[in-house]
Amino acid sequence: MKKFLILVAATAALTAAAIFTPALAQLRVDVTQGVSQPLPIAIPDFVGDPQAGANIAGVVRADLERSGLFRPLDQKGFVERITNINTVPTFGSWRSITAQGLVTGQVTQQPDGRLRVDFRLWDVYGESQMLGLQFFTTPENWRRIAHMVSDAIYERITGEKGYFDTRIVFISETGPAVKRVKRLAIMDQDGANPIFLTNGSYMVLTPRFNPTAQMIAYMSYIAAKPRVYLFDIETGKQEVLGNFPNMTFSPRFSPDGNRVALTLETAGNSDIYVMDLRSRAIRRLTSDPGIDTAPSFSPDGRQIAFESDRGGSQQIYVMNADGSGQRRISFGAGNNGTPVWSPRGDLLAFTKQQGGRFTIGVMRTDGSGERLISSGGRDEGPTWAPNGRVLMYSRSLGGGAGSQIWSVDVTGRNERRVLTPGSASDPAWSPLIQ
Amino acid sequence: MIRFSTSLKFAALSAVLVLGACTHKQEAVTTAPPPAAPAPPPAPAPVTSSIIPGSAEDLRVNVGDTVHFAYDQYNVEESDKALLGRQAAWLQRYPAVRVTIEGHADERGTREYNLALGARRANAVREYLVSQGVSTGRIETISYGKERPICTSSDEGCWAQNRRGVTIVSGGANS
Repeated sequence: MKKFLILVAATAALTAAAIFTPALAQLRVDVTQGVSQPLPIAIPDFVGDPQAGANIAGVVRADLERSGLFRPLDQKGFVERITNINTVPTFGSWRSITAQGLVTGQVTQQPDGRLRVDFRLWDVYGESQMLGLQFFTTPENWRRIAHMVSDAIYERITGEKGYFDTRIVFISETGPAVKRVKRLAIMDQDGANPIFLTNGSYMVLTPRFNPTAQMIAYMSYIAAKPRVYLFDIETGKQEVLGNFPNMTFSPRFSPDGNRVALTLETAGNSDIYVMDLRSRAIRRLTSDPGIDTAPSFSPDGRQIAFESDRGGSQQIYVMNADGSGQRRISFGAGNNGTPVWSPRGDLLAFTKQQGGRFTIGVMRTDGSGERLISSGGRDEGPTWAPNGRVLMYSRSLGGGAGSQIWSVDVTGRNERRVLTPGSASDPAWSPLIQ
Repeated sequence: MIRFSTSLKFAALSAVLVLGACTHKQEAVTTAPPPAAPAPPPAPAPVTSSIIPGSAEDLRVNVGDTVHFAYDQYNVEESDKALLGRQAAWLQRYPAVRVTIEGHADERGTREYNLALGARRANAVREYLVSQGVSTGRIETISYGKERPICTSSDEGCWAQNRRGVTIVSGGANS
């Protein structure tokens, strides 16, 4: 725990570009449509410290490959061997192996023990440097630097913020289905550095990050009292949220982090409340006899999407953040629940249940334009990458075989499994780490 | 549906009695074929010498602790009212006993929805016991949603078993 805290606190210093040539980039990937032809990119092991150089380049290659937008080329085919990142590469030799982008980098140990990482992104056909950045960090922080390099490349080429320097909080599952042990866990978005935050002696469900990624709200069955708890990653402290007489569940932070929307059950009926974290004042937002749960704030904090069966089946509703103006927005087939507002504000991700299948979908915030984007048939609980271009969700394998975490682009392309230590469910994606 | 879950329940009860109280209930449920005829009205408990009257085991084995629900429903089935009536009578016979009603759902619902549904089911059982004269202060409820299945196949046989309300002794029982 302690070590982990230090890692989190040790934010890498990001300094200005070394040689920044803002040429008109020809190299560009449009992430809005999804790509069927990922961009060929060459990323040789960084020079300097051979071990750290290979490690960092390896993580960058893996990040970009998993995005589905890039195809890192096999180093064995490289014609030119990069030895000095301050000389201009022989672009023709990189064109000859079909590379359109080239990343060169260097890792050196500083006299004070820190690592210095320099890298440049080259447009092979435009024969120009697109980006040059330098980072300083402690040696054990090298993975974060690699993810920051990936984010910088992704942003320069796509025009969108990256999402690689992020983390996932999730539920780790062990044991048979009839006696499943569920623990709160956290890992990097690529599955590295998994850490268990609870010991499994009580069940935990539905963790969610606050906007600074330092606090987690989740549901716990501590002492057989299912309640929403807050977990402070920095201090390791957890506390029950509020003094509610009955079950509270399904928490979600407001975008400013000052409020938590949650569900309180009273005499069998579930309604949505919001608590101000500073004053601890509670406001009730729904009050009908149907099930109202799974609240999710819009990025501007002014609206809340939620699910309700007040109309006879589980459907998605939107209300103002004070509870006024409640209206149903999902009218498609089947049941629709767990709405989650995109960080861009343009879409709601949700879980559709129809004909025995659970599928992740997205719709516009007025309910129009519904598209299904996952293929598992037992998929639920979407969470957005901070750039609103990729989602993760739980996939149950059925028959008591446990769950996995999967990701898919909002376009529906590039569906793949996220590696976790053992079975895992209920992923929540952090914002970009500050 | 109603008939099916009733058969299952009585099959479970009789299997447990035949095989002995230590038999794991889930196995009995999954292996016992449902009887063709409607089950007979509950006979007075054939108490074996090993079960202490007024104990948690007495409730579980001789009275019956589990009722079942239809898909996405939470009303107490007609066929379960006799069992809950016996639970209420038993609770009045042992007034020191406190119970917790667990509400459970099958896997066909999202996690949050099923937590809410389980709470509805547990509350429905509580309300029925209260209507039969048990004081509310003796009954707590807890929902486990779909998190605590007793059967894991993805078919109606398992789903029917998992949609359940279970009355668990939480204190004050003989032992």
